[in-house]
Amino acid sequence: MLDEKTRERFSEIARRIRFDIIKMTYHAGSGHPGGSLSIADILTVLYFKYLRHKPENPNWEERDIVILSKGHACPALYAVLAEAGYYPREEMWTLRKFGSRLQGHPAKDKGLPGIEVSTGSLGQGLSIAVGAAMAFKYMDNSDRRVYAILGDGEMQEGQIWEAIMAAGHYHLDNLVAIVDNNNLQIDGFVPDVMNIHPLPDKFRSFNWEPIEADGHDLDAIDDAFAKALEIRGKPAALIFHTIKGRGVSYMENEAQWHGKAPNRELALRAVQDLGFPAEALDRDIV
Amino acid sequence: MNIYEEHGWKMEPSRNGFGRALADLAERHPELVVIGADLTESTRASYFSEKFPDRFFNAGIAEQNGVGMAAGFALAGKIAVFSTYGVFAAGRAYDQIRTTVCYSNLNVKIGGAHGGISVGPDGATHQALEEIAAMRVLPRMTLLVPADAEETYKATVAAIEEIEGPVYIRFGRAPVPTITDKDTPFEVGRARLVKDGKDLTIIACGAMVAESILAAEILEKDGISAQILDLHTIKPIDEDAIVKAAQETGAILTVEEHQIHGGMGSAVAEVVVRTNPVPMEFVGVQDRFGESGQPEELLRAFGLDYQSIAQKAKKLLKRKK
Ligand SMILES: Cc1ncc(C[n+]2csc(CCOP(=O)(O)OP(=O)(O)O)c2C)c(N)n1
Repeated sequence: MLDEKTRERFSEIARRIRFDIIKMTYHAGSGHPGGSLSIADILTVLYFKYLRHKPENPNWEERDIVILSKGHACPALYAVLAEAGYYPREEMWTLRKFGSRLQGHPAKDKGLPGIEVSTGSLGQGLSIAVGAAMAFKYMDNSDRRVYAILGDGEMQEGQIWEAIMAAGHYHLDNLVAIVDNNNLQIDGFVPDVMNIHPLPDKFRSFNWEPIEADGHDLDAIDDAFAKALEIRGKPAALIFHTIKGRGVSYMENEAQWHGKAPNRELALRAVQDLGFPAEALDRDIV
Repeated sequence: MNIYEEHGWKMEPSRNGFGRALADLAERHPELVVIGADLTESTRASYFSEKFPDRFFNAGIAEQNGVGMAAGFALAGKIAVFSTYGVFAAGRAYDQIRTTVCYSNLNVKIGGAHGGISVGPDGATHQALEEIAAMRVLPRMTLLVPADAEETYKATVAAIEEIEGPVYIRFGRAPVPTITDKDTPFEVGRARLVKDGKDLTIIACGAMVAESILAAEILEKDGISAQILDLHTIKPIDEDAIVKAAQETGAILTVEEHQIHGGMGSAVAEVVVRTNPVPMEFVGVQDRFGESGQPEELLRAFGLDYQSIAQKAKKLLKRKK
C-alpha cells in the first residue's frame, strides 16, 4: 500500500507519462501508443520506488537493470526516463525522427541515458536479463536486480520459454519478469491468435513464483513488487492485468491502436481525456 | 508531388503485389496455405486470410515455429507460404529455413516483408538489410527481389506455380514507383533489360530499379549512356546477362537496398571476376545498421537515392579504360 501522498504523486506521474506518449507519437506520426499506455502505471512504481538507479549517473555500477523486451513500447520508457531526469524533456518530441536518440525501438548505440540494451525484435530480452542476473548473483556476489518487461503476445516466442527454463534452473531470485498482460497483440486477442495461458501455472511449473495483480491499481502494483522482492531461491513473475491503450478512451482495448499514431483531432481528444489543456500538444507547458 | 509522381509513376508498396497474388493463387490452388506470425495485415497476407480464412494459420509471434509448421504442411503435400518481416524470417528462423526447409528441399515459400532501409521510422530492428546475403548462400534456395508491386505479383505466382522447392521473396513496406505492368515479361533467373545503354550497366533490384532509372536520366544529361538491368532473381543468377553487360558496356554498378557485403552486388561480382573482369562499384548500405527517419530521407542519408547512384556511376566511369 502506498501512502496517500505517494499515491497522488505517482498517479500524476503516470498521467503525465500517458500524455507524453500521445504527444510523442503524434509528433512522430507513427509509433506504438497502445502497449505503451498499458505499462505507464507499472513503470511509474518501478522507476520511482523500487528501482535502484541514479539518473544523474546512468552507468552507476550498483544500479539495477531494466530491459524493455517489448521494445516497441519505448515511448513509455522514454517518458519515464525523462520524468526521472535522465535527459531533457524537449528531446522527447524528436521520437522516430532522423538523427534522434529516441529511435523507433530502443537503440543502445544512440546513447540515450537509461537505455541498457537494444530491443525491438521480440522474445530476446528475458535471456539477456537471465545472463545479467547470473553474473550479478554468481560472479559479482552483488544484490543488483534485473527487471525484464514482456508483452503477453511476446510470450509466444520460444526463446522466452527457454529463458524461463534457465532462470528457474539457476534459481535467479534477483530476476523479476514483468508481464504486461493486456490481452492484445497485432492480429487480435492473444488467446485467439495463439494462446499462452494459464501463465501462473506455467511459470510455477518452471520453478518461478507467479504473482498476479491489477496493473493499473498503483497500490496493487506496489504490493506485487514488494512481494517479488521477498521471494528467495527462485525468480518472480509479475503478471499484471492491464488494458491496452489505458487512459485514452478510444484506444482502450482496441487492437488497431497497437502501432499507429493519432492524427491531430484524435491526439487532442486524447490530451483532453487525460485532463491536459489542448495547447499542451504543441507547447511545452506540461 | 515527389520526383516519382512527377515522372508519372503510380506509387504502391510492393507488398500489395504479394497479397494480391496469394489471394488469386488461392482460387486455383486448393492446396495453398498461408502461415502468418502476427503481422497479417502488414505483410498483406490479409488479402488471402480474408478470402480464405480456413487456409490461413497464425503461428503467433513465433517465427521459428512458423517456418517449421510451413515445412510440415509441405511435407503433407501442401504448398506452404510463411510470411513475416524479413528480419524475423531470414534472421530469427535462419536455421529452420536452412536445415528443415532447404536441406529437406521442402516446398515452402517465404514472403520476407519490410526489406530495406525504406521501412522508415521503426528503425534498425525492423529494417531488413541482410536477407539477400543470408538467403543466397543456402543450397536449393531461389531468391527473388522484385522491383515493384506488379513484379512482386509475378514473382509470387512464379514461386508457387513454377518452382518446386524453397523460395524467398523479398519486398518492401513503403510505396514505390510502379515501373512495370501486366505485360512486362518476368522470367525467374532472367534479368530484365530495363533500358539500353553503352557506357556502363547499372544492375539493380527491388525499389532501386526505379531509383536507377532516375539516375540514368541524370547521367544522360551529362552525355553518359547507362544500361539498366532489373536483377529480380538473385539466385539462380543470370550469368549470361551479366557477362553480356560486362562485355558490351565495360563497367558495372550494382544498386541494392541491402548491406554491401554479401548481397546482390557481391553475387554479381562473383560472376564478373570469374568471367569477364571489368571495373565495378557497389551502391548499398555501407556496413552499418539502419535508423529511424522517413523513407526518402533515409535513402539520401544512406546514399541509395538516384543522385548518389549517378555520382557513383561517374566515379566508376573514371576507372573504365
Ligand atoms: C520477433 C518479432 N516478431 C514480430 C514483431 C512485430 N511485432 C511488434 S509488436 C508485436 C505484437 C506484440 O504484442 P505484445 O507482446 O502483446 O505487445 P503489446 O500488446 O503489449 O504491445 C509484433 C508481432 C517483432 N517486433 N519481433
